[in-house]
Amino acid sequence: MATAELRAEALLTVREESYLLIVWRRFRRHRVALVGAVILLAFILIAVLAPWIAPYDPYAQNLLLKNAGPSPAHWLGTDELGRDVLSRLIYAARISLTVAFVVTLISQTTGALIGAISGYFGGWVDNVIQRVVDFMLTLPLLPLLLTVSALLSDVTLPGLTREWSSVVIIILVLSLFGWMGSARLVRGVVLSLREQTFTEAARALGMSDLQIVIRHMIPNAMAPIIVSATLSLGTVIILEAALSFLGFGVQPPVPTWGNMLNNAQADMWTQPFKAIIPGFCIFLTSLSFNFVGDGLRDALDPRLKR
Amino acid sequence: MTLTQMQVQTSLDLSTDQDLVVVRGLKKYFPVRRGLLQRVVAWVKAVDGVSFTIRRGETMGLVGESGCGKTTVGRTILRLIEPTAGEVYFEGRNIFALTKPELKTLRRDMQIIFQDPYSSLDPRMPVGASIAEGLAVHGIGTPKERFEMVVDLLRKVGLEDYHARRYPHEFSGGQRQRIVIARALALRPKFIVCDEPISALDVSIQAQIINLLKELQEEFKLTYLFIAHNLSVIEHVSDRVAVMYLGKIVELTSREELYRNPLHPYTQALLSAVPIPDPTLRRERILLKGDVPSPLNPPSGCRFHPRCPVATRYCAQEEPPFVNIGTRGQEHWVACWRVM
Repeated sequence: MATAELRAEALLTVREESYLLIVWRRFRRHRVALVGAVILLAFILIAVLAPWIAPYDPYAQNLLLKNAGPSPAHWLGTDELGRDVLSRLIYAARISLTVAFVVTLISQTTGALIGAISGYFGGWVDNVIQRVVDFMLTLPLLPLLLTVSALLSDVTLPGLTREWSSVVIIILVLSLFGWMGSARLVRGVVLSLREQTFTEAARALGMSDLQIVIRHMIPNAMAPIIVSATLSLGTVIILEAALSFLGFGVQPPVPTWGNMLNNAQADMWTQPFKAIIPGFCIFLTSLSFNFVGDGLRDALDPRLKR
Repeated sequence: MTLTQMQVQTSLDLSTDQDLVVVRGLKKYFPVRRGLLQRVVAWVKAVDGVSFTIRRGETMGLVGESGCGKTTVGRTILRLIEPTAGEVYFEGRNIFALTKPELKTLRRDMQIIFQDPYSSLDPRMPVGASIAEGLAVHGIGTPKERFEMVVDLLRKVGLEDYHARRYPHEFSGGQRQRIVIARALALRPKFIVCDEPISALDVSIQAQIINLLKELQEEFKLTYLFIAHNLSVIEHVSDRVAVMYLGKIVELTSREELYRNPLHPYTQALLSAVPIPDPTLRRERILLKGDVPSPLNPPSGCRFHPRCPVATRYCAQEEPPFVNIGTRGQEHWVACWRVM
C-alpha cells in the first residue's frame, strides 16, 4: 500500500531524536512524574521477570499450609489454597499490566482513528459518530461492564481455557467501552488541523483522504494521544481490578490484583495485609500512570518551546 | 439566447490549442446553514459565472479586493473545491468530469502555492519529506532517488541540501515559501496557481520570491495563474490581467492595455489608488464610496453600480454583458454599460 511505502521515507531520523531529547529534558523537570515513571518501570520489570523473581509457582497449591501468615519461606503468607501470595502478586502484575497496555493500545488506536475520521470528514459522518460517542458516554460504565462481562463469563474461546478466555474477554470488553475519550480528543485536534493549508496542499498533491488522515492528521495529534493513553492506563488498571474483584473479570486461578483483593476478603480482619498489599499495588500503578501522564502533558505541550 | 449563454459562446469560439486552461461559466455558491436541521437559508455567491482562458506559458493575473472570490476561483480550477456550475478544461479535458484516479493523475500537472507559508507545511514533518510527498504519492522513484530529487529541488529554489532534514519552524517565512514552491515543482507540473504567494512576506523578501517564480517559469515552461490584490505586483508579473469584483470578472485584457487604457470604472478606481513613486506627479484619485456589498445578496443589474461614479439608472436594472471590444485583433473584455 502507498501509505506503508510513504512511512519508509529515509529523511525522518536525525531531528526526531532531538525532539525526543527536548521532551525528555522537560519531562525530567517534573519531579512527581519522574517518581511515577521509576515506580512504573519497577513494576514493568517485575512483571517481565516474574518467572525468575517469583519464589514459587503461583498456581502450586499446598493444602497443608492454607491461610498461613508471613514466614521466612512465604514472606506474605499463603492464600486459602496454600498458594504463595508474593508469587501470585508478582504474576498478577503481569496480568494487570498486560491487560492495561493491550486495552489502551486497542481503545486509543481505534479512538484516535474514529476521532480523526469524524473530525476530518465532518458533516453527517461527524454527526453520526459524535452522537454514538455521546450515547456511549452517557451509559453508566460499571453496571454496563458488569452486565456484559457477566453475559460473557461462560464463554470459552477456542484454544484457551476458561480462565484465560476471561482475560481476553475482559480486554475486549474494556476496549469496547474505552475509546470515546480519545475519539473526542483527536476529533478536536483534527478539526483545527483540517483548516490548515497543508491539508489542502496534500490534496493538491493527489493524496487520498485516508492517506492525509494517517500521514498528517494522526502524527500531528500524537502528543494529546500519548497523554490520553497514559492516563487511560491508570483507569484501565482500576476498572480491571474492580471487575475482577466483583468476580466478573479475570477468573481465578489466574491471579490479578483485583481478584486477589476479593480472595483476601475472607480474612480481612485477621490478615488485613493480604488485602492491603494488592490494593496498594493498584493504587500505586494507577497513581503513577496519572503522574506520568501529567508530566507528559506538560513536556509535550507545543506552546512551551525550549 | 441569454447574455450568459452568449458570453459562453464567444469564449468557446476563442479557445485554441494555445489555451492550457479554459474556464467557462464557473460558479461556486457556498451554502449558509442555520438552525437545528442545518437548513440552507442562503447562498454566498463567491464566484458567479466566470469565464476566461489561460494560454500556455503565460502568467494570468487575477486581481480584486478581499472577498471578491479570486481565491475560490483558484481552488475551484484545481478542483480542490467542487464547483456549483461551469466547466474547467485543462488541455482540453473537463476536469469536473474526471474520476478520482484520473484526477489524481492530473494533479501532477497542476499545483498550487499558498498565501500563508506558515500553515502550508506540516509542522511534524521534515521539509524534505514534505517536498518528496508528491513523488511518493505518485510512486515516482525509489526513496533514494526521491531524496536526490529533493536535494536538487532545494538548490533550485535557493536552499541547501542539508535543509531537507529540518523542520518548518526552523525556517523564515521567505524560506518556507521557497520550500512550498519546491514541493509544488516536485511533480513537474505544467500549471501552478499562485494564490497570493507573497502577500504574507516581508517587502524585502517579496521581490526575491517573485524573481524566483519568474526564473522557474522560464526554466520549466510553467503557466501561472497569479492571484493578488496588489496591482503593482500584478503589473510586474502578468502577461494578461483579469479584474474581479464580487464574484465576476469585470475586465480582462493584456497587461499593457489594462494599465494604459483601463475601461471599467472599477479598474480605473483601483489603478488610481496605486501609489506613484514620484512626489511631483499628481493624479486624480477616484475614491470609491462605501464597502463591497455582501456576496450573499449582490446588487441588481451591474454589481458595481452602488459604488460606481458614473452609474446610470439603467446600470441598476440590467446586468452588463462581458464582451470583447478590443480593436485590431486585440482582446479587451469588459462588462460595463457605459463603455459600450
